[in-house]
Amino acid sequence: MADLSVNINGLVLKNPVMTASGTFGYGKEYEDFVDLSQIGGIIVKGTTLHPREGNAYPRMAETPMGMLNAVGLQNKGVHYFVDHIYPQIKDIDTAMIVNVAGSTVEDYVETARIINDLEKIPAIELNVSCPNVKHGGMAFGVTAKGCEEVVSAVRKVYRKPLIVKLSPNVTDITEMARAAEAAGADSVSLINTLLGMAIDAEKRRPILSTVTGGMSGAAVKPVALRMVWQVAKAVKVPVIGLGGIMNGKDAVEFLLAGATAIQVGTANFIDPTVTVKIAAYIDDYMGRHGFKSVKELTGALEI
Amino acid sequence: MKKLLLDLIVKENIKLHKNYVLLKMTHRDPLPSVLPGQFAELRVDNAPNVFLRRPISINFVDRDKNEIWFLIQLVGEGTRKLAQLAPGDVLNTILPLGNGFSFPAGDQANKPLLIGGGVGTAPMLMLGSALLRAGLKPTFLLGARSEDDLLQLDQFSRLGDVFVTTEDGSKGEKGFVTQHRVLQKEHFTMIYTCGPRPMMQAVARYAKANGIECEVSLENRMACGLGACLCCVEKTQEGHVCVCKEGPVFNIKKLLWQI
Repeated sequence: MADLSVNINGLVLKNPVMTASGTFGYGKEYEDFVDLSQIGGIIVKGTTLHPREGNAYPRMAETPMGMLNAVGLQNKGVHYFVDHIYPQIKDIDTAMIVNVAGSTVEDYVETARIINDLEKIPAIELNVSCPNVKHGGMAFGVTAKGCEEVVSAVRKVYRKPLIVKLSPNVTDITEMARAAEAAGADSVSLINTLLGMAIDAEKRRPILSTVTGGMSGAAVKPVALRMVWQVAKAVKVPVIGLGGIMNGKDAVEFLLAGATAIQVGTANFIDPTVTVKIAAYIDDYMGRHGFKSVKELTGALEI
Repeated sequence: MKKLLLDLIVKENIKLHKNYVLLKMTHRDPLPSVLPGQFAELRVDNAPNVFLRRPISINFVDRDKNEIWFLIQLVGEGTRKLAQLAPGDVLNTILPLGNGFSFPAGDQANKPLLIGGGVGTAPMLMLGSALLRAGLKPTFLLGARSEDDLLQLDQFSRLGDVFVTTEDGSKGEKGFVTQHRVLQKEHFTMIYTCGPRPMMQAVARYAKANGIECEVSLENRMACGLGACLCCVEKTQEGHVCVCKEGPVFNIKKLLWQI
């Protein structure tokens, strides 16, 4: 068995397979299907300072090889997380990472500060890229200045590895990645969902209550792969790749494009065991191609 | 209840009129226990435009034959593909999901009424059968657009009295289920319903007006089926909750329906 462990600028994972925020609940939702300790890391649902009801139903539309969602960061807030959810998940034997979202810099900072005190949360992922709420972070993630502002403010209070999740809904994602890096991010993850839309022609109405929503699933993979490749060349910090990863082969492609680790999102809805299958595939791939450590795969694309 | 990822094998695919099929599935091991009202997420293979699983309610479980039944209405590409499954084919499923109907307690057990509309009659077969086995006497009120959309009437009539409405009057009383005369004549003590939302809301209004406990089974658009994606939410007294996890069965008192 090859060495699958990775070190994402201080965040050590047993393997490079993580779950994407908002697709795996708090891990518990999947424990009937997978041994959670075999997953490299679990990024739990986006957490905000105050409770959020999220958007109105309908929140989902199926699209060719993918889906749109408009959940809108529904969560019970960081205090509820600390009191009720953290005690239930803190002993899961994998890296339990909290995705932190907000609508003001102060909210991000306060949430990050609270989570900094949780011993069993080794890192946070800063969500500056949610497309589904008016001030859901994407306002910060679509300008280099906004990104720099929120990341540097959080950096001052958060002492552990800080991942910044980037939006693809920008002219040049490398500019956002560089801004996050300059502001003190330890790594960047990309891509969040692509802004999309679905229409019911018979009813002449949008399908989502919010009209537009975030697109994910197999259909977004080529866009995500291209952006990971561009960002990996543009920054020195490690890159975590996600967007349309459905199987092990997809995951290897992201590593070759320059990702140090990957996240699996929407694929969990179709196969709740896909994460462990991906980890097994990477191991098998490395054996077949003579790689001893998964670190050698990162950026091993030959052009 | 532990959720399972199971490869079921198609035993029979029975065509019921032109828009419905009944899939009788089996497994090499004994099927897990399932409660009436629970559902499964079925994976649709070889359909390029079908990305997500399809949530389908469990129609019936035959323990003696180790069979689980899914009643499927052909709506789009996903359900059409499922309808093409042939005996021996494998169908990947996640089940059992969600919470079932609650069993009637005390006086509620005297005269339970099960109201199904269209393909929403599916879970009522399993519920009616469970009530009968528990020594209760279920009554069924089944509504559909026309006679061709009334399903499994033979099976229902073996379990209890069956009353029927069709919108075009081709079978039973003409109109909607809530207009059926039996609702005026009899005093029911508990109502269970599944079907189109306007029908369930009309049933809920009737139940509330008559002081009868009522449970509805919702069919909100879902992705994961596991309570992870938060797409299928319904607004309740406790805020937005996932229909897949907290439901699909809800007591109408929990919902914020304007009835």
